[in-house]
Amino acid sequence: MGDLQIKKNAKKYDAVIVGSGAGGGMAAYVLANAGLKVCLLEAGPMFDPKVDSAQLKNPWESPRRGASTKYRAFGDFDGCYWAWQIDGEPYTHVGDTKWEWWRARMLGGRTNHWGRISLRFGPKDFKRRSIDGLGDDWPIGYEDVKPYYDKIDRLLGVFGTNEGLENDPDGIFLPPPKPRLHELFIKKAGNSINIPVIPSRLSILTKKINDQRGECFFCAQCGRSCKAYADFSSSSALIIPALTTGNLDLVTNAMAREVLTNKEGLATGVSYVSKDDMQEYQVEGRTVILAASACESARLLLNSKSPRHPNGLANESNVVGKYLHDSTGADMGGIIPELFDRKRYNEDGVGGMHVYTPWWLDNKKLDFPRGYHIEYGGGFGQPLYGFNWGIENLNGTYKIKGKQKEAGGYGASLKEDYRYFYGAHVGMAGRGEAIAFESNYCEIDPNVVDKFGIPVLRFHVKPSEYEIKQAKHMKETFAEILHAMGAVITWGGDDGPENNYGLHEPGVIIHEAGTVRMGNDPKKAPLNKWSQAHDCKNLFCVDGGPFVSQADKNITWTILALSMRTSEYIVDELKKHNI
Amino acid sequence: MDRRKSLKALVVGTVSTGVLLDACKPGDKKADAKTTAEVKEDKSPAGRMKEELEGDKALSTNKFFTEHELATITILGDIIIPKDEVSGSASDAKVPEFIDHIVTEMTEHQTPLRGGLRWLDLQCFSRYNNAFRDCTQQQQIEIVDQIAYPKKAKPEMAAGVSFFTLMRDLTATGFYTSEIGVKDVGYMGNIPNKWNGVPDDVLKQYGMAYTEKEMKECAKY
Repeated sequence: MGDLQIKKNAKKYDAVIVGSGAGGGMAAYVLANAGLKVCLLEAGPMFDPKVDSAQLKNPWESPRRGASTKYRAFGDFDGCYWAWQIDGEPYTHVGDTKWEWWRARMLGGRTNHWGRISLRFGPKDFKRRSIDGLGDDWPIGYEDVKPYYDKIDRLLGVFGTNEGLENDPDGIFLPPPKPRLHELFIKKAGNSINIPVIPSRLSILTKKINDQRGECFFCAQCGRSCKAYADFSSSSALIIPALTTGNLDLVTNAMAREVLTNKEGLATGVSYVSKDDMQEYQVEGRTVILAASACESARLLLNSKSPRHPNGLANESNVVGKYLHDSTGADMGGIIPELFDRKRYNEDGVGGMHVYTPWWLDNKKLDFPRGYHIEYGGGFGQPLYGFNWGIENLNGTYKIKGKQKEAGGYGASLKEDYRYFYGAHVGMAGRGEAIAFESNYCEIDPNVVDKFGIPVLRFHVKPSEYEIKQAKHMKETFAEILHAMGAVITWGGDDGPENNYGLHEPGVIIHEAGTVRMGNDPKKAPLNKWSQAHDCKNLFCVDGGPFVSQADKNITWTILALSMRTSEYIVDELKKHNI
Repeated sequence: MDRRKSLKALVVGTVSTGVLLDACKPGDKKADAKTTAEVKEDKSPAGRMKEELEGDKALSTNKFFTEHELATITILGDIIIPKDEVSGSASDAKVPEFIDHIVTEMTEHQTPLRGGLRWLDLQCFSRYNNAFRDCTQQQQIEIVDQIAYPKKAKPEMAAGVSFFTLMRDLTATGFYTSEIGVKDVGYMGNIPNKWNGVPDDVLKQYGMAYTEKEMKECAKY
């Protein structure tokens, strides 16, 4: 290490952005298009879906037939580099608490493979404390964010329908795809037991919106990222277009180490290690924008200690890392005997569900305070590793072409069974709102560093009774829907109090939020209502960090809207020389 | 921001957010043109990260099964998925090669398979004085019948049942993810397409229909 030196980039940028997912991509897009000079640091390699997507590959083109690996937890064709564990980048836990931390390392981050579920928060979602006394209200309301939701609906494209629902606001929607057959079964069942089933809202282009992006061709593989740019990924829809402005410099394989500050305590840039040459670099900017993911941004702030910021940057409130929460999740699946021996046709559709269930009940009448939505799956999926596993649980239970068989078996008769059951499965997943508690946090583990020598995060997150009761309610609802559609539960039906009713461990739903929250009181929140640090006015955070609460909605559309809002604010403030 | 305001904003200063909506305007310059060229050259083959390629390379030189074990797996695979009037057999679909590969990365299958194969050979030795692969077809089916039906198998055959169940799962998953198997099971997707809804005859078969609202609101091609 005798020759260790720090290389300083001579160029001074208007903004240095850390992270290229939804938040960072939007910031880069807005600022570069506004004529500012922007440097975007991404910890992983370049990824252009047009070139790098595994779209339309057949299962036999993967030696593992699409099974997951440690590099791709969602399967060999999935569009996300790395997952719960990254070689050389550990994290730890306090005691036996659990937090599963997903980290994407690539241009566009996890937006290359996400579910494209693009839900606006509703008016109530910003004011939950006023409603149930738990957590905190946001310092902003729906009316502050609505113009930005409208803009990103137009800019990025989302399909759906205007239903006039109070807390699931209407938007500017492209036409949704028609429901698939199992989705018609779900809708019919839902109608019969007063559970709404409406068109899903996904950022997939069922119609062309501009010449840079294509129209969906219905391969159901949005999770692989789209070569036609017909779904929203930060890489294809924001950063790659932003590069054409000439105002954006992208540095890939750049692992941020800390935010640099001066004597006055203002941010001056970011130091990072390049994974390409393992050299240390510094890049200067008039503003620094963190978008590294809620936990990674908290880690950066906590690791950015200086005499002026001894508790870490933006942390005079001492709440950086706290209020960490994920969506809740519980699932169940079944089989629909009426669909046995179905006629074959191509029912790929878009990547993901064509219908979903928004939260439909009043929590005042329930024993848990926050809601959930339901996502659905099923039908003729592409066979991948795990396909047809466990036939012995099916082929002795149901008559096959009128014949009762013995469970298990082999031979031509078995081949008939596999054909008979194909396409009859259905699954559902509840995704709900967890309460953001101060006692759920990530912090720096003083004893452990990653392979770059950067201190790592230690997690302390526990589900509360609220989340457990919500999971119980999900399971009861799923069983009710499956029953109403004439389906038989095949998995997820045996959970009980012993395993929190199948409530997933926190982090598993991959919606981390709350660690760098916004609030009007600098003693209680690191950021103000513009996602600007109270104690460092040229530092911003635009990922899931600023979220005071995360609703029963997937957070990406709100990350995008808030990042656009903050980015426009930054442009304004720079123009006025306020920062 | 409307078009007029955005133009005004552009005039006011170089620093402006007004260009945002221009991205929605047809006829814009293509993002494709500059993208990858402007970005630092990335030498890794498309869509695979460096660590992944290195990991795959290390795996590909690993082999787990002996020739004898693979021969046994091949016979078992073709008993589970034989050629029939619709499609070929497990070995036609190269299922043994798939199983040989998958155990190198899913190492949890190694001992159940190796131990199960040995269990099978010893059963055959004690019954027929031959390893499974050297038994007659009739003998092979006789022993398979003892382990292929979990609910009616004798308790002392439980280890064999576990082994055969895993063999059936791996064989089925390998077969139905092969070109032959995908065609057999009738998966018709994975090609560019336009989704116009469930075919009419299928809707009729299940007594389903799209609502007026859906017919009006949903995408049509």
